[in-house]
Amino acid sequence: MKALTLIFIEILQAIVVIALAPAFAGWVDVLKCWTQGRTSAGVMQPYRNIAKLFVKDVVIADNASWIFRFTPYLVFGSAVVVGSVVPIISMNLFLAPSADIIVVIAIFATARFFMALAGMDIGTAFGGMGASREMMVASLTEPAILMAIFTVSLAGRSTSLLHIARAFASGALVLRPSIVFAGIAFVLVVIAETGRIPVDNPSTHLELTMIHEAMILEYSGRHLALIEWGAMIRFFLFVTLGIACFLPWGIAVTDNAGDIATSVFLMVIKLGIAGAVLVLIETGLAKMRLFRLTEFLGAAFLMATLGVIAFFILE
Amino acid sequence: MIAPIELSIISVVAFVIPVLFVVVIGNDPRRLIRMSFSVSALASLFSVVAGAMAVAGHNVEQLVLPLGLPTLPFHLRLDQLSGFFIFVVGLLSFFVSVYSVGYVSGLGAGKPVKRLIVFYNIFIAAMFMVCLADDALCFLVAWEVMAAASYFLVMFEDGRSENRRAAYLYMVMAHVGAVLILLSFGVMAGVTTGFEDFSCYTFDAMRAAKFPLKWATVAFLLSFFGFAAKAGVIPFHVWLPEAHPVAPSNVSALMSGVMLKTAIYGIVRITFDIIKVFPWWWGTMVLVLGLVSAVMGVLYALMQHDLKKLLAYHSVENIGIILIGIGLSMIFTSFHLPVMAALALIAGLYHTMNHAMFKGLLFMGAGAVLHATHERNMDEMGGLIHLMPWTSAFFLVGCISISALPPFNGFVSEWLTFQAFLLSPSLPVPLMKLLIPMGAALLALTGALAAACFVKVFGVIFLGNWRGHSQHVVTEAGWSMRAGMSLASLACLCLGVLPAIVINWMDAISESLLKARLVTTSGVYGWMWLTPVDPERASYSGPLVLIGIVAVCAVTYLLLHVKPGNISRVPVWDCGFKKLTPKMQYNAVSFSMPFRRIFGFLFDIKEQIRLVPQHQHPAFPENSQYYLRVRDRFWGWLYKPVIDRVVLLSRKTGMLQHGRIHVYLIYSFVTIIVLLALL
Repeated sequence: MKALTLIFIEILQAIVVIALAPAFAGWVDVLKCWTQGRTSAGVMQPYRNIAKLFVKDVVIADNASWIFRFTPYLVFGSAVVVGSVVPIISMNLFLAPSADIIVVIAIFATARFFMALAGMDIGTAFGGMGASREMMVASLTEPAILMAIFTVSLAGRSTSLLHIARAFASGALVLRPSIVFAGIAFVLVVIAETGRIPVDNPSTHLELTMIHEAMILEYSGRHLALIEWGAMIRFFLFVTLGIACFLPWGIAVTDNAGDIATSVFLMVIKLGIAGAVLVLIETGLAKMRLFRLTEFLGAAFLMATLGVIAFFILE
Repeated sequence: MIAPIELSIISVVAFVIPVLFVVVIGNDPRRLIRMSFSVSALASLFSVVAGAMAVAGHNVEQLVLPLGLPTLPFHLRLDQLSGFFIFVVGLLSFFVSVYSVGYVSGLGAGKPVKRLIVFYNIFIAAMFMVCLADDALCFLVAWEVMAAASYFLVMFEDGRSENRRAAYLYMVMAHVGAVLILLSFGVMAGVTTGFEDFSCYTFDAMRAAKFPLKWATVAFLLSFFGFAAKAGVIPFHVWLPEAHPVAPSNVSALMSGVMLKTAIYGIVRITFDIIKVFPWWWGTMVLVLGLVSAVMGVLYALMQHDLKKLLAYHSVENIGIILIGIGLSMIFTSFHLPVMAALALIAGLYHTMNHAMFKGLLFMGAGAVLHATHERNMDEMGGLIHLMPWTSAFFLVGCISISALPPFNGFVSEWLTFQAFLLSPSLPVPLMKLLIPMGAALLALTGALAAACFVKVFGVIFLGNWRGHSQHVVTEAGWSMRAGMSLASLACLCLGVLPAIVINWMDAISESLLKARLVTTSGVYGWMWLTPVDPERASYSGPLVLIGIVAVCAVTYLLLHVKPGNISRVPVWDCGFKKLTPKMQYNAVSFSMPFRRIFGFLFDIKEQIRLVPQHQHPAFPENSQYYLRVRDRFWGWLYKPVIDRVVLLSRKTGMLQHGRIHVYLIYSFVTIIVLLALL
C-alpha cells in the first residue's frame, strides 16, 4: 500500500510537471503582454501551439543525421526525468535520491550538449552560431550555479534536494544573508539558463541576437513541439528548483491527499509570483550585447560567492 | 590457483613474445601484425585479471627477482594501489591492442611497422613494471625503459623535422623529470641510512623510516615536480601537445590514457604510502596546480583545431582534475579526516580510470578519423557521421564522457570530486574554507568548457557538411578498430552507470592507504545507489537516471509514432538566396571565437584580417585572408628564456673547443696542475 502511494505521488508529480509547464510559460507570456501594454493570447496559448505542431508534418534537411532526430526526444525525456526528482508537490518522492542537485544540473547539461550538436548537424551558419553562443553562456553560468548550490548545500548539509528542502522547511523563518545572496545569484542564473532577457530573447528571430532559437531554427512538426515543450518544462523546473531550495514551505511532507492538494495550491501561487518577478526583470531590462554577458554572469558568480563567505562569517 | 603477482609477471614476460615474432615472421607483415597484437591483447588481459584480483584480494604480495645489480636485486610488490593501476593499464592496453590489429595494418607500406611492434610491447611491459616495482632501482629502470620506448614511438615517422623536434622535447622533459625523481629517491634512501650507503633503496625500508619534515619536504617536492613533468601538469605540459599528435594514434591513446597515469601512481605512492605524514600546504599546492592545469588545459584545448593536439591539451585538463582529487585527499589526510580523504582519493583514482577509458577511446576514434581522411585539421573535415556511423557513435560516447555528462563515466568522478569539495567546511583552517569553494567553481567551469570544446569537436568533424578541399574517399574503420572502440565505449558506460560496484571494489585502496572506507552502498539494491559518506548527504543512481531517460524517450517516441509519421527530406532552406556552401558553416575557429574574446588575455593571440583588393577598384575587396595564431604563453615566459640561456652557455663553452690537439693537451696539463695544487 505504502509503495503504491509513493508510485502514485511520483506519477502525479510527473503529470503535474508535464501538464502545467505550458501553463506557466503562458502565464509569463500573459504578464509580459500586460506589462508591455499589449493584449495577450491567454494562458492557454502554449498548449495550442504545441497541439498545432504535433499535427503538422516534419520537414528535415537532407543531411540531418540521427542526432538531429534524437535530440527532441532527449530534451523532453531528460526534462521529465528531472521533473520526477525535484520536490514540487511532495517531499516523499522515492525517485528523488537517484539524482541530487548536481546531477539535476548535469542532466540539463546533457540535453544542452545534444541541442548544440543538433544545431551544428545541418551545417548552417545559424545553427553553429547558436551552438557556440549557448555553450559559451553555459560555461559562464555553470560556476555561478555551482557556487549557489554550494551555499545552499552548506546550509542544508546535503546536496540531496529532499534534504535541502526539508532542512529549510523545518527551520525557522529567518532571513539568512547567505541564502539571500545565493537566491539572488540563482535568479540571475535561471534567467541565463532558460534564455530570458537580458541574456537571450525567447521571442526573437533576429539573426544577431538569438541563441536558443538559432539552434532549433531547422526543427519543425512534432520535433519542434517536443523541444518547445521540453524547454517549457525546463523553465518550469528551474523555477520550482529555486522554490524547493529557497522557499520550500508548504511542500507536502506527508502522503495524505489534503496536504498534497494544499501543496499543489501553494505551488501555483508561488509560481504565479515567481513568474511576475521574472517578467518584471525581463521587462525592466534590455537585451544585453553578447560579450557584456560576462558582467551579468560575473555578477551572479559574485553574489553566490558572497553567499558562501557570508555563511562562513555569519553562521 | 595462481597468485596475482605471478600472473602479472607472466603477463610482463608475455610481452616479449611479439618482439620475438618480429624476428621470426618479420617478412610477412600482415601475419606479424595480427599475431603480435593478439598476443599483446592476451598478455594485457592477464594483467587485468591480476590487477583485479590484487585489489579484491586484500593482501600484499612481494617478490625479489634475481635481477638487477649485484647486492641490489629488484623487488616487486603487488598491493591494492599497484593492482589498481595495473588493472587500468591492462584494460586500456587490451582495448588498444585489439584496435591496433586493424590500425597498424592500415598504416600503409613503407612505415616502420616492426619498430612500432617492438617498442609498443616494451612500452606496455615497462608500464606494468613501473607499477610493480618496489625499490628505487627497479622503479627507475622501468621508468626509463618506458620513457625510451615511448620516445621511439613518438619518433615513429622520423622523416619530418617537426616529429624529431617533438620527440626531442619529450625526451628532455622526461629526463628532467627522471632526474628529479632519482634525486628524490636519493634523498629518501639517504635520510633513512643517514647518507651512509644505498642499502635502503627498497620502498619497504623507506616506508619504515621516519623522515624529518625538512627532508620529507625536499623529497616530496623533487618527486612531485619530477612526476608532474611526466604527467604534463602546467607549466610542464609543453611536450604533450607536441608529442601526442605525431605519435601513431594507438600509441597516443596509450601515452595519454595510461602513461601519464604512471606519474599519478608515483605521486600517490610516494605521498600516501612512503612519506605518509605531511603538512597541509603540500595538498594545497597539489590542489592549486591541479586547478590551474584543469582550467588552462581546457582553455588551450578550446583554441586548437588540430584534433590530436586538442586531445593532448585535454589530457592536461584531466590530469588537473585527478590532481584536484589527490590534493584534496592530501589536505584532508593532513587534518586527520580519513573518510573525507578516502572520498577525495577515490574520486581522483576513479577519474584516473575514467580518463584512461575515454581518452583512449577518443584517441582511437581520432586515429580512425585521421586514417580515413588523412587530415589532422578539423576545419578540413565535416559530415563524417554519414560516412563513418560506427566511429562517430563511439566518438560521441567519448565526447559525452569527457564532458562530464551523465550517464557516462566522466560525470561520476567529477560528481565525487564535487562531493569532496562540499565536505571542505569541516577543515579547521578558515582560509581554506573560503578558498576551496572557489576550486569547486573552477572545476564547474572546466566541465562546462570541456562540454563546449567537445560540441565543437564532434560538431565540426562529424556533423554538417564536408569542409575540406581534398576529395578523399572516406570509408568506415575496419572491424578490429571498431571492436577496440566499442569495448572502450562499453567500459565508459559501465563505469558511468554502475559506479557503486566499482567503488566498492576500489575501496580496498583507500583502506590500505588511509585506513578508511567509504559508505558506498545502502539498502537491498545497494549496487544501484552511489552514496559516498552518507545517503543523507548525497546520492546518485546511474541506472535509474539512465533507465528513466531511455524509458521516457521510448514512450514518447512510441506515442508519437502510433500513426505512421510523415517525414519529408528537403534541401536546407537558404532563405531564397544563392546556394549555401559548406564554407558558410561554423568551423572550429569560429566556434571558439566567443571564448577567445572572453579568455583571450590568457593567450598570446595574433589575429589578422587582410583584404585582397580587386584589380579595378580598391574599395571592393575580391577576397579576404584571415590569419590566426594562438600560442601558449608558458613557452615564451618560462621555456624560451631557459633555452636561450642554455644555448648561450653551450656556445660559450664551445669556445673551448678548437679541434687542435695541442690546445687540448694544454687543457689536460693545466687541469693536472690545478688538481695537484688543490689536493
